[in-house]
Amino acid sequence: MSGSPTYVPKSALGRWFESRLPIMGLVHSSFVAFPVPRNLNYLWTFGAILAFMLGAQIVTGIILAMHYVPSATLAFASVEHIMRDVNYGWLIRYLHTNGASMFFLAVYIHMFRGIYYGSYKAPREVLWILGVIIYLLMMATAFMGYVLPWGSMSFAGATVITNLFTAIPLVGTGVAHWLWGGYAVGDPTLNRFFSLHYLLPFMIVGVVILHVWALHVAGQNNPDGVEVQNVERDTVAFTPYATIKDLFGVSIFLILYAWFVFYIPTYLLDADNSVPANPLVTPAHIVPEWYLLPFYAILRAIPNKLVGVVALAAAIILLAFLPWLDTSKVKSGKYRPAFRIFFWLFVVCCVGLGYLGSQEVSDTTTWIARILAIGYFGFLVVALPVLGLIERTKPLPASIADAVLAKTKPAEAAAPPASR
Amino acid sequence: MSSAAIEKPNRRDFLYIATAAVGAVGVGGVVWPLIDQMNPDASTLALSSIEVDLAPIAEGQIVTVKWRGGPVFVRHRTKKEIDDAVNTPLAGLRDPQTDQARVKKPEWLIVSGVCTHLGCVPLGHEGQYDGWKCPCHGSVYDTSGRIRQGPAPLNLPVPEYAFLSETRVKIG
Ligand code: HEM
Ligand code: FES
Repeated sequence: MSGSPTYVPKSALGRWFESRLPIMGLVHSSFVAFPVPRNLNYLWTFGAILAFMLGAQIVTGIILAMHYVPSATLAFASVEHIMRDVNYGWLIRYLHTNGASMFFLAVYIHMFRGIYYGSYKAPREVLWILGVIIYLLMMATAFMGYVLPWGSMSFAGATVITNLFTAIPLVGTGVAHWLWGGYAVGDPTLNRFFSLHYLLPFMIVGVVILHVWALHVAGQNNPDGVEVQNVERDTVAFTPYATIKDLFGVSIFLILYAWFVFYIPTYLLDADNSVPANPLVTPAHIVPEWYLLPFYAILRAIPNKLVGVVALAAAIILLAFLPWLDTSKVKSGKYRPAFRIFFWLFVVCCVGLGYLGSQEVSDTTTWIARILAIGYFGFLVVALPVLGLIERTKPLPASIADAVLAKTKPAEAAAPPASR
Repeated sequence: MSSAAIEKPNRRDFLYIATAAVGAVGVGGVVWPLIDQMNPDASTLALSSIEVDLAPIAEGQIVTVKWRGGPVFVRHRTKKEIDDAVNTPLAGLRDPQTDQARVKKPEWLIVSGVCTHLGCVPLGHEGQYDGWKCPCHGSVYDTSGRIRQGPAPLNLPVPEYAFLSETRVKIG
């Protein structure tokens, strides 16, 4: 972006290095001088929160891997060993387990933020799709991680999810046997899941780098959804403004994280997973982790295996097409009164499906789940395309600065944003 | 090919194509082992059969045995269970099969214990037909292990087995 002062190393060594590998300049232009819209709210700190959580999962995960044994006979005992014998093992494990939930909580807020403010619209389509890829990788990583303690819910989860592939006509069973390395989930499955659970977070790191790169090409969207026109008036420098705000956001988030880890560490865990896996018995009430529940509810709402699996996949894949499903030129929900109603209905459908996914199946839950699933898909494939054509949006502010200044007194309005 | 503008393939074109073809075979040959290593290995394939003693299994009882890493149900059916299974009209079945086609001796039903929906282990003596009911998404099987309700598409498969004697059966 224009207007970012270029980086000039202060020392001779710095200049020597910079002319050979301009990495400090890259860091400077991306995280110091980078102009951020001056109207961002706290929903924009979730990117930093996510980056922090990814780091936390990698650090705690690598430590856990020093004590964990990926074998069907020893895995469960090795996790008990981490909890009881390893110094601070309980802490590291609870940080990692609850960390996954916090990571998903943050990504869901981050994604709903993107939908509400239309952050996926031009020129941020690629940025958004990279986000959906990250989300898919996160789900795969979390799923395989959940299998590792080899409790009975781990086993049931591994069985149900890998069996989704048996819905594929003709080759489905072969694919499942290939995934398992046997005729059922077993030792080979656990071993390869461990290998992949270690690998995928680093692939996420790679995609996050692309994600942030794309972000820095397009620039950030903002609550008013109008693009930056004048860097001087509409933006502030990343450092200190965004850096400090992000740090504050991360700190608040850490309080929530610590509260889970220290006060209710098992709240999100399933008691059945404290029972070792037994291939001959499935727990009476199987439920996935909370962050997968809405999709699980969609799967269960449909009485046909193949259609159920297709709907489950579509519910996720459709997100990648949001930039083209949403036909409205206006980005921010702030200026789209009708969209706003449907957006909140969509949130209700997602949360409702999540709740139903955690309940025992009955005729009533199945019917409500069907209605909510129709709501979920209806928002994506009917409401978004149609709204853009018929909705009467509110007038947009002429610029980000105008939107910000409209809120403050005219006297202050004349003053330029704080020194940059 | 009548157009004079199209040059005749020359020796170089042939070399390109031949090189690419050999290259593709080479890449395929390297990639295949990387994929195939994940398939069931020799030791897994070797564990292909087990023997089950039927003598201790009382009438009405279902025993779950482990075969190829997964469950197999051995059900000693009562007279009523057999009659229910035999008298079910095929017309109403999702995956129509007669009971006779699924057993070697009517009192012994031997079926895979893996739900054909997404692989959970159904619970015996449950559900409307008193066969099995799957705890995961509610598929219901009858006393012949045939799918009757719920999302599962197929009957519980019958594994290969043979009676070695009156009270001994070999599965696999
Ligand atoms: C590991 C997971 C992720 C990390 C570390 C991450 C990181 C970031 C960061 C640092 C930002 C900039 C700050 C901000 O605007 O909040 C950002 C922006 C963005 N992210 Fe992510 N992200 C992740 C996952 C996702 C997912 C799953 C999606 C959507 C499917 C997504 C969509 C977006 C979009 C559209 C933006 C631009 C938002 C805007 O400026 O309005 N991200 N991300
Ligand atoms: S696995 Fe049995 S009903 Fe889904």
